[in-house]
Amino acid sequence: MEAVAQQIPLEHFLVLSAILFSIGVYGVLTRRNAVLIIMSVELMLNAASINMVAFAAYTSPAAFTGIIFAIFIITIAAAEVGLALAIILRIFRNRGTANVDEVNALKW
Amino acid sequence: MVSAGLVLLADLVLRDKHRGWLPAVALSGLGAAVIWTVTLILRDREAVAFGGTYSLDTFSIYFKFLFIGVAGLVILASADYVKKLEHQGEFWALLMLATSGMMLLAGARDLILIFVALELTSICQYALAAFVRDGKASEAGLKYILLGAIASAVTLYGMAFLFGISGTTKLVAVDGGTSIASLVLEGDPGTRAALVAGAVLLAAGLSFKVALVPFQMWVPDVYEGAATPVAAFLSVGSKAAGFAVILRVFYQGFGFGPESFISSDWSNMFAAVAAISMTVGNVMALVQTDIRRLLGYSSIAQAGNIAIGVAAVAAGATTGASGVTFFLATYAFTNLGAFFAILAISQRIGSYRIKDYAGMARRAPILAAVLAFCFVSLTGLPPTAGFVAKIYVFNAAVQSDLAWLVIVGVLNSAISAYYYLRVVRHMYLAEPEDESSFSPTPMLAIALGVTALGVLVVGLVPTPLIDAAQRAVEAL
Repeated sequence: MEAVAQQIPLEHFLVLSAILFSIGVYGVLTRRNAVLIIMSVELMLNAASINMVAFAAYTSPAAFTGIIFAIFIITIAAAEVGLALAIILRIFRNRGTANVDEVNALKW
Repeated sequence: MVSAGLVLLADLVLRDKHRGWLPAVALSGLGAAVIWTVTLILRDREAVAFGGTYSLDTFSIYFKFLFIGVAGLVILASADYVKKLEHQGEFWALLMLATSGMMLLAGARDLILIFVALELTSICQYALAAFVRDGKASEAGLKYILLGAIASAVTLYGMAFLFGISGTTKLVAVDGGTSIASLVLEGDPGTRAALVAGAVLLAAGLSFKVALVPFQMWVPDVYEGAATPVAAFLSVGSKAAGFAVILRVFYQGFGFGPESFISSDWSNMFAAVAAISMTVGNVMALVQTDIRRLLGYSSIAQAGNIAIGVAAVAAGATTGASGVTFFLATYAFTNLGAFFAILAISQRIGSYRIKDYAGMARRAPILAAVLAFCFVSLTGLPPTAGFVAKIYVFNAAVQSDLAWLVIVGVLNSAISAYYYLRVVRHMYLAEPEDESSFSPTPMLAIALGVTALGVLVVGLVPTPLIDAAQRAVEAL
């Protein structure tokens, strides 16, 4: 870890995660397929994980808090995606589409 | 407490054959949780566990009782409804898991635990929303989970910033070590930008849970699409849990009063959000024809009302925060009562359209009376709990020099009176299309009685609950 810390400044990781997060937000806003929206959300979650791990490595290498947090994020994200995919599957069976613009029985 | 929930789960899975007993098992699990909490209170008032990440203080105990009460009432009210479903055991299990997540949330003082408990609650709620096998429920579930996942990603990004500048995930440290609270106390201008960024991102994620604008899009859809008991549970449970975390994070973590150099920042943010939420919720509610959507928009407006209490921080901890805790309890009674009455009526007439509620006072006088009473309380008229709660929160805002917010609030109450009382008028003055009369089932009647009585008693004698609410926020 220390070798990495000497070569790459913390800012690089933060910029990377900020870019990743922005791509995720962009995807959420522009994609119309529910599965792709879920993937974009995953990008946002991964951005948060990268931040956590980077901060953990640079600011408090002795404590594992940030790394533990990242593991929790990964686990819970997996659970969430599982449920989301199940719901999308059911909608797809009902209506033959996973496009969020066409899933519009509830409006205003 | 959480273990009570888990034991219950095991029970549920085992007893799938004797389905009629499941609600009773769930209720007895809640009873066990109550007994367990009371013993803990009697033995030791203040306790922390897991290295200070989980605290059992008056604040978490207050919310624990609130969540147990909400879950108990929802179980009573939904017992008949759930009998028609295919997977009853899972329904109760999810309900109990969500409740135990909320209870965990009320005591969490660490970002990791807050995140885990929040997701435990949310994931169960997503599943509950999509529980019924029809297109509308699936759609509600999809919208809920997509927006919820985005909200939790945003929250996490905020948490990462907080962790980055403080090097810890603790909101407060028991042993006086580094924590987010101690970082705020230092008041180093260099950390200010990151703290505010973290606060804003965290607030955005939590606003989703409590249905504040601009994260309110899911509310009407989910209330309409999900099963009515689930909507009742979501409307009250999710809101109370979200505000519990908001109070915990912002009051205990980011601090209040002059010693916190970012308190005015987050107070202004909540004041603005409160004003917008009230206005958006009330104006959109005016044009609704489905009573569940009406309650959805009303719930957004009520979230705005509660957020006034969060914003009213300048007057000190007790006024604003205890306003929030008190408002949440009265809102629990009122909104559950309204949802239960709607459940009872609509199960019978098979419609949620407001125009089909015409003349309901003649067909089901008790149900109509409860619904009308709850709507009066939501409007904020005496002699109901809603009236006391609104006065209390507005008073806190005035003391914090937020008079403009109170004016917005009062104007909004006037708008809300129009659509709430329109339903009441429709029930009492319009001619019914069908003369057949009916009354609620016994279980539902008990739940309705408790909520209506709660709204009335708190409206007439609010002091004990106000005292409890004030004791609760002393722990912050």
